[in-house]
Amino acid sequence: MATRTPALLTLEQIERLVLLLHGRGYQVVGPTVRDGAIVYDVVEKLSDLPVGWTDEQEAGRYRLRRRNDEALFGYVVGPQSWKKYLHPAEVRLLTAERSGHTFRILNNEPAPPRRAFLGVRACELAAIAVQDRVLQGDRYGDPIYAARREGIFIVAVNCTQAAPTCFCTSMGTGPRVRGAFELSLTELVGLGKHEFVVEAGSDAGAEVLAELAPAQAVASQATCQEAEAAVERAASQIQRRLDTTGIRDLLYSNFDHPRWDNVAQRCLTCANCTMVCPTCFCTTVEDVSDVTGTHAERWRKWDSCFTQNFSYIHGGSVRSSAKSRYRQWMTHKLASWIDQFGSSGCVGCGRCITWCPVGIDITEEVRAIRESPASSSQVRKESSHGNP
Amino acid sequence: MMATAATVDPMLPQPYSVRQVVKETSDTFTLTLEPPALEPSSGVYRNRFQPGQFSMLWVFGVGELPISISGDPAARDRLVYTVRSVGQATQTLVSCEVGDAVGVRGPFGTGWPMQQAQGRDVIVIAGGIGLAPLRPVIYEVLHNREKYGRLVILYGARSPHDLLYRRELTAWARQRETQVLATVDYGGLNWHGNVGVVTTLFKYVRLQPTRSLAFACGPEIMMRFVARDLETNGLARENIYLSMERNMKCALGFCGHCQYGPHFICKDGPIFSYDRMRPLLEKYEL
Repeated sequence: MATRTPALLTLEQIERLVLLLHGRGYQVVGPTVRDGAIVYDVVEKLSDLPVGWTDEQEAGRYRLRRRNDEALFGYVVGPQSWKKYLHPAEVRLLTAERSGHTFRILNNEPAPPRRAFLGVRACELAAIAVQDRVLQGDRYGDPIYAARREGIFIVAVNCTQAAPTCFCTSMGTGPRVRGAFELSLTELVGLGKHEFVVEAGSDAGAEVLAELAPAQAVASQATCQEAEAAVERAASQIQRRLDTTGIRDLLYSNFDHPRWDNVAQRCLTCANCTMVCPTCFCTTVEDVSDVTGTHAERWRKWDSCFTQNFSYIHGGSVRSSAKSRYRQWMTHKLASWIDQFGSSGCVGCGRCITWCPVGIDITEEVRAIRESPASSSQVRKESSHGNP
Repeated sequence: MMATAATVDPMLPQPYSVRQVVKETSDTFTLTLEPPALEPSSGVYRNRFQPGQFSMLWVFGVGELPISISGDPAARDRLVYTVRSVGQATQTLVSCEVGDAVGVRGPFGTGWPMQQAQGRDVIVIAGGIGLAPLRPVIYEVLHNREKYGRLVILYGARSPHDLLYRRELTAWARQRETQVLATVDYGGLNWHGNVGVVTTLFKYVRLQPTRSLAFACGPEIMMRFVARDLETNGLARENIYLSMERNMKCALGFCGHCQYGPHFICKDGPIFSYDRMRPLLEKYEL
């Protein structure tokens, strides 16, 4: 096992890191600027990164803004998460061909490229661990996820600034990266310097780091302290709080809380929150065939519990009201997820707050329920639908 | 290579051949599917299912459906499904001809607790097509008569024309230690049997509540009242089992559709004991 003491990399060495990963057969994907947002895409060189850009986020608001430095990772999180690559929005499950009475499955999907993820934040690393549990840690594993997940080279980045929508400190996921990564970076920029404290988190990471020949094989204590302080600064910037104390029972026992009616007045059931959420995993399957009827395909696509069709069974949708759909999403994310997979489904990235067109804030909704829990005597007896 | 991929990937359907299609009622059909033999001409099949389990049936180019297995668990060379034609995929499925291929994944889900039922009376309560996932229970009890106590079958349908497996119902009623009672919502002139919801049949049954296990499948509203009445009749909640239904796409626990509170109906169910379901059944739009 190689040493795990922090080293120091220059800006040029980050560029070399990208090339070196290419050389090792990885497709490097990371943050790029497109359509007024920071989105994940293929990164060929350093200048593909959002050099000198930052993001301003608030409930229902996201804007890119120029920084007064050349920081590579001087933004927080954008609308996309790494599930774009690990659990894609659309993926073909199978192609089949009819011949006579029968059919055969043509399993001709090309293997996904081996990828390196550059710029994975602490909350996103936690989100990948959550999806690992859902998609390959249960009774059945998803072979599509497994093929894409295996051998990913993760270059994580410690946040040195926070958005007003962030609440990773409440969910215990950040801003310092923890868990499985190959390399982690802390960017130090300003006063004529631009360098990166780097730590290896795995043998593969240590090997790549050794090949980079860091500017300082062991970062000075002062530099390490500076990096530590930068991450601390991000933590101290975080204003939003979500009190998770007893949250499972809180939400289970407030199924009839009047707040669900309140949020349903604002929620458009547009499903944006589920699309940007790095842990939301629900999918549907669409069947297509050609006009001759001999060629058929099945496509798996992201789905959302905010759609009416999601819960359709004969006789109608189980969750037809907006209230029931918002309640399902939030209760699943924060409560039943714990029963199902042993952890919260929320990592505190704040995307659902930023990208909600009407600025619904999950932390605010939890607070509202916590501050006036419906006691059992106040709960309206459900009699209108004929409960025995 | 392709066959290998199909056997390891739980998301890829295997082509089964339609052996028989029987019309049960005006809109409901029973399909018998023959699996591909493990080795051609070896006669060895790998079908095993627990009564109460379901498969995902894929209709080429149209769609996939979760369908309960309604056949005899002892017959390993076939899988039997009873399907009501209500939409495009089920319509295409029941229009299959002998020899056509249907894609099959599974079996999935939990079964009825047959082990626990041994030595006890088995009370089967079905509504409409809810009899389909209970028929394997009936076969199992009748084939292994000495293992179980009395068999009581309470069956409710909309009309006499909607009763499934009519000839079998009559045959089952003639078996020893077996009581079969049917009721319909609308009887018509030629119906001399019971009229009313299935719970109205309880008064004709001599229940031994501490020695019985009850299995119910039907519309959710029916199961709520059935479970309540069984409890009133002295059955403990943990001795009442329900087969639940929700939308399903994958049957593997990761499409998210079948969530019912903390449960995934596809892998934690579809069979649940009433003591686990009761708090959830009370919640509207859960």
